[in-house]
Amino acid sequence: MPVTTTTPTSRAVGTVPPPHRRRPRWNRATPYLFILAAILLELLIHIVPMLVGIWMSFIRLTQFFIANWSKAPAAGLGNYKVAVDFSTPIGRALLHSFTVTCLYTLIVVGLSWLFGMSAAAVLQNSFRGRGSLRTLFLVPYALPIYAGIITWSFMLQRDNGLVNHVLVSNLHVLDHPPFWLIGNNAFVSMAVVALWRSWPFAFLMIMAGMQSIPDEVYEASAMDGASVWKQLRYITLGMLRPVNVVLVLMLFLWTFNDFNTPFVLFGPTPPNSADLISIHIFDNSFVNWNFGLGSAMSVLLLLFLLVVTGAYLLVTHPRSRRA
Amino acid sequence: MKVRLIGIVVVLLAVFTTAACGGGGNSSSSSSASSKTLTYWASNQGTSLENDKAVLTPELAKFEKQTGIKVSLQVIGWPDLLNKILGATTSGQGPDVLNIGNTWAASLQATGAFMPFDSAALTAIGGQDKFVPASFATGGMAGTAPTSVPLYALVYGLYYNKQMFASAGLQPPTTWQELVSDATKLTDPAKKQYGMVLEGGSYTESVHFAFIFGRQNGGQPFDAGGKPTFTSAGMINGVKQYVDLLGKYKVVNPSNVQYKNGPEAPGDFAKGKAAMLMSQNNADNTLQADGMKSSEYGVVAIPAPSPLPAGGADVASFVAGINLSIFKNTKNQDAALQFVKFMTSPEEQAILDKPFTALPVVKGGTVNFTDNKAEAAAFAQVLATKAEALPRVPAESAFETNVGDAVNGLLAQAATGKAVSNSDIKAALQEAQDKMAAAGN
Repeated sequence: MPVTTTTPTSRAVGTVPPPHRRRPRWNRATPYLFILAAILLELLIHIVPMLVGIWMSFIRLTQFFIANWSKAPAAGLGNYKVAVDFSTPIGRALLHSFTVTCLYTLIVVGLSWLFGMSAAAVLQNSFRGRGSLRTLFLVPYALPIYAGIITWSFMLQRDNGLVNHVLVSNLHVLDHPPFWLIGNNAFVSMAVVALWRSWPFAFLMIMAGMQSIPDEVYEASAMDGASVWKQLRYITLGMLRPVNVVLVLMLFLWTFNDFNTPFVLFGPTPPNSADLISIHIFDNSFVNWNFGLGSAMSVLLLLFLLVVTGAYLLVTHPRSRRA
Repeated sequence: MKVRLIGIVVVLLAVFTTAACGGGGNSSSSSSASSKTLTYWASNQGTSLENDKAVLTPELAKFEKQTGIKVSLQVIGWPDLLNKILGATTSGQGPDVLNIGNTWAASLQATGAFMPFDSAALTAIGGQDKFVPASFATGGMAGTAPTSVPLYALVYGLYYNKQMFASAGLQPPTTWQELVSDATKLTDPAKKQYGMVLEGGSYTESVHFAFIFGRQNGGQPFDAGGKPTFTSAGMINGVKQYVDLLGKYKVVNPSNVQYKNGPEAPGDFAKGKAAMLMSQNNADNTLQADGMKSSEYGVVAIPAPSPLPAGGADVASFVAGINLSIFKNTKNQDAALQFVKFMTSPEEQAILDKPFTALPVVKGGTVNFTDNKAEAAAFAQVLATKAEALPRVPAESAFETNVGDAVNGLLAQAATGKAVSNSDIKAALQEAQDKMAAAGN
């Protein structure tokens, strides 16, 4: 994040103002007045609640004090110690949840990108029905989240769900209908549902990126005898890099913080194998009425995501170092 | 990116924001004391939120006619109720009068957001003596002025399908051993028929049975000092008694572990897919909506093992039900007390118990929600002699979620074919107990 700001400052604040263009005289305060509304709203909607959350993580905000926050005793780092003490069940559960979330993110982001990339590459060529395929691919993304996931939860029911009907009764792949929403299968179900939801977004972004690659580049490379694979590797992927960098980051953050998928599929307490971090924090705050501990976990999550995002941007934007 | 990061924190804070919004609307009504309008949050007792509204509206009109106090009604579904109450507690902006699940009474009392019913307040609502003692005892921690008074009472009973029992030549069970052997005889997985149906995905059901069977086996979830004792032999055996129905005796369809929305388990029973159902008496609504006549099922108390294990008690239910609380910072305390008096009057109880399939919480009331005399007698008998209140300690709500989730996990383990041993149960309950300790409960 910090590196991107260095580039504009080096050009924007020109030491010599351009003499030939007359601009309307602006009061010094004018630009600030323009963004004042945005700043106030940003403070109100984002910054203040975030600061309150950080403050909450340092007090013992349990059921005894929620009616009167000011009386809640200071906890110092107590909530953090409980959260990261991996020898206790709470710390162990948080670590487990973190591991599950990392694995889930890796699978969902990786496959979403792969599916999106493949579909976009195939749809680059014009053929009959391309338009309708494009529309079809975008349906999961366009559906309301709740409607989509609740339909999956019906399909994944053991006795009368569509999935078991097809696998057991029609195809005879399995002898006994398995549970898809409890035990270890819950993780697979959740990952499939999330993949179904998020790959159309990857597809949309990559497709848009591909359309800005000029045809001449492909033609020139074809003249030089590049194969389709070489074109894909060096031209498509190369020119898509800026799109991919942003896309993967967005998918990572969305998936890592995914709350809707486990909540709608499993309810407020998902099976152990599908205990994603955001719903785990929700459980610790609301189900156990311990908002201080929940806030501490959120702050830890925030720090982790900041570090990962910062490192990612540093690695993917090395050129800005030159500025 | 920023939006997402902060989004997490915002999720956590959602309750405060929503509380602030919700409270904004309510404060106008509760602050204008002169206009005498009460805000009342009712829980969902009927077949739907609309049904509750339709039942309560004429009664509230009656109250306004009698006292000149207008009541603005909001019916809130169970999934949202506790969160809304927590929100109101946190922001200090809530209704004047509200329904709470009676097992939350002590936990909510600990927040200090509710008005204690001291002797003056009790006199104002018609005196403590008008209530059934077992129900009144659910109002708060023992030895304190309660912060809630009973409104509707519910208890567990064992529903059995008369026709299925008759054709197998069986009598309703009077001991747990009989229940298991009857259930075994009535189970035929090939015909998709099982002896018993459970709501195995519901943490509230699971914790209720952990308590009931734990008590039968001589366990107590909390010691006299209010410290959790989940891993006592009695509690472990109690949980085992429940989980064995599915794991060891296989008289329950494993799919039951996915049931958690309320109507599924009574639905299976009504459709003849299961011969027995352990449920609170408001299952009547669902059974009849699913086409079962009240003459087609019988109800007996959930039996205990015979002979009773050492220290065990013949407990067939906990005292379930709905209580009424008054928010401490209400501007209309007198009006609120009048409203509580009205709702808990014998006349209103008689009117409301029928559509809400509840037992009366006032003395001298008759069970009138069913035309099945034997059923009414059985439930009244359970409430009078075989029902114990859940522990009235501040950590009660944490006990419900942690132990309920642990038992759900054990049921899921049994359903996926892994035998549940005593040490599995002990480990699960130990973890629940450690979580309570580490979280400061």
